[in-house]
Amino acid sequence: MGVAVLLKQVPDTTSKISISSGRVDESSVTKWSISPYDEYALENAIKLKEGGYGDVVAITCGPPRASKCLTEAAAVGADRLIHIVTDSSLDSIQIQSILSAAVKESECEIVMCGKQAADTNSGSTGPGLSSSLGYSFVGAATRVSMEGGAVSATRLGPSGPEEVEVRVPCVFTFDKGDSELRRPNVRGIMMAKKKQIDTLTPEDLGVDASISKVIIESHSSPPEKQPGQKFVGSESVPEVVNKLREEANVI
Amino acid sequence: MVTTVISESSNGSLHPVSAQIVGAAASLGEAITVVCPGGFGSSEAAQISGVAKVISVEGECFENYDCLAWSKALSPLVDGDLILSSSSAIGRELIASIAAAKGIPVVQDVTGLTSGFLATRSIFSGKAIEEVSISAPCAISLRANSFESAGSGGSAEITTIDVSQEVSVAVKQALAKASERLDVSEADIIISGGRGMGDPANFSHLNEIADLLGAAVGASRAAVDTWDDIPHSMQVGQTGKTVTPNLYIAVGISGAIQHLAGMRSSKFILAINKDPEAPIFGVADYGIVSTWEDALPSLKEHLTELLSN
Repeated sequence: MGVAVLLKQVPDTTSKISISSGRVDESSVTKWSISPYDEYALENAIKLKEGGYGDVVAITCGPPRASKCLTEAAAVGADRLIHIVTDSSLDSIQIQSILSAAVKESECEIVMCGKQAADTNSGSTGPGLSSSLGYSFVGAATRVSMEGGAVSATRLGPSGPEEVEVRVPCVFTFDKGDSELRRPNVRGIMMAKKKQIDTLTPEDLGVDASISKVIIESHSSPPEKQPGQKFVGSESVPEVVNKLREEANVI
Repeated sequence: MVTTVISESSNGSLHPVSAQIVGAAASLGEAITVVCPGGFGSSEAAQISGVAKVISVEGECFENYDCLAWSKALSPLVDGDLILSSSSAIGRELIASIAAAKGIPVVQDVTGLTSGFLATRSIFSGKAIEEVSISAPCAISLRANSFESAGSGGSAEITTIDVSQEVSVAVKQALAKASERLDVSEADIIISGGRGMGDPANFSHLNEIADLLGAAVGASRAAVDTWDDIPHSMQVGQTGKTVTPNLYIAVGISGAIQHLAGMRSSKFILAINKDPEAPIFGVADYGIVSTWEDALPSLKEHLTELLSN
């Protein structure tokens, strides 16, 4: 029993991303945060714990700075913290091998994470882990609840929001829902600072993290837009509508 | 080179993005197989030019969406140096699950792909662009409207395979009907409202213009966070959807960095805002400094006039 919640530390979404020598310049990032969708996973993991479903094990995979997001998770109620220290730029197989080994080690039968991370925007980790662990999968969940051993979730299905019942063990990925994210109180923050973090390497989990099958060749900034045409007042609307057809050719 | 395309369907028919994926596959090589989950759209897939073979995978497990069950049913039938899907929500989940089952890497939401597998994708919801090289065999999901569609006129052979797969997700009830409106991630034209709209009821003005243009209606994060009536599915920007329509109309949106990240790659941007200093004007091709109350009725009137000609 227990819920493993997977957290990724990313540049805060309010951060500017600058490029230096063909790579995202991490040193210019002023604030690192838990990836927003992962915060919904954490919130729902803690709700399950409050409902009596075992401990919350927070797991992150990343450079040394990423331990901060585990401490933040502890401040709102995570019970055990696991940090697998890695260099950046792992491919999906490596990340999923590391995380699935960590989940097995934690013995958790429910795994929660965001539907995608705010840096890579991929969304491969949740479904990939489900496949490699053989756990059921529910994506884009906004709420998970448990009643008499049956686990149900609200998800954004192919034809709109729906309630599903799912067999455990299961991986859930989270979308932004209507759950209010809790903020840590002072006592939580103080306790979290003293909380032990289990620090592991990929090798400790039997994963070879040396050879990636996906190599980053370059990062670049999106092309700058040419300054546009500006009009003042709604009397310019007919002229702009005309330009949308004649110049831009889009309507 | 053998390429397998996992087709995308919508309401039981083939989704147009499937022809775009075949188009991308055809530019890299021949021998394209299209695998149709649930058999949806298989006869349409067979008519796409360049498709050598269609595998219609049918079975009870396809009645509702269950990623793991679908992945287990499809994995043995999906093969080759390159596996492609759409980067829709289901497309991504399915290809990630299949890639993990096969032990091959997956790269998502690619907007440019050349041989040797050099892929271009946006990261940080459009704040930066990444180029990666990927070793084959690999799985890649492609963003809609980024690749030229393959034409029609094909006549591929369709093989139907019945599969039986245990499901682990059961749908108990639909909570709301899906919006009749086009999703922002699929639309050629998007009109979005921000907190400057003043009240969610005022989005009806955006809906009216969207109906005229066949557009989707989007919203800024500020609007989604402020009003319960504006669902997160409409949110454009980082933590929402990244969009690249031909025309993006931003109304009452100041242009926070997260919003700009998600829409700045639109081909043309029209911004309507009463604040002449709003950052949205920095990315707009056409900017109108005006309140929406003044501009939208006029916009509706002149669009109606133009489109009736």
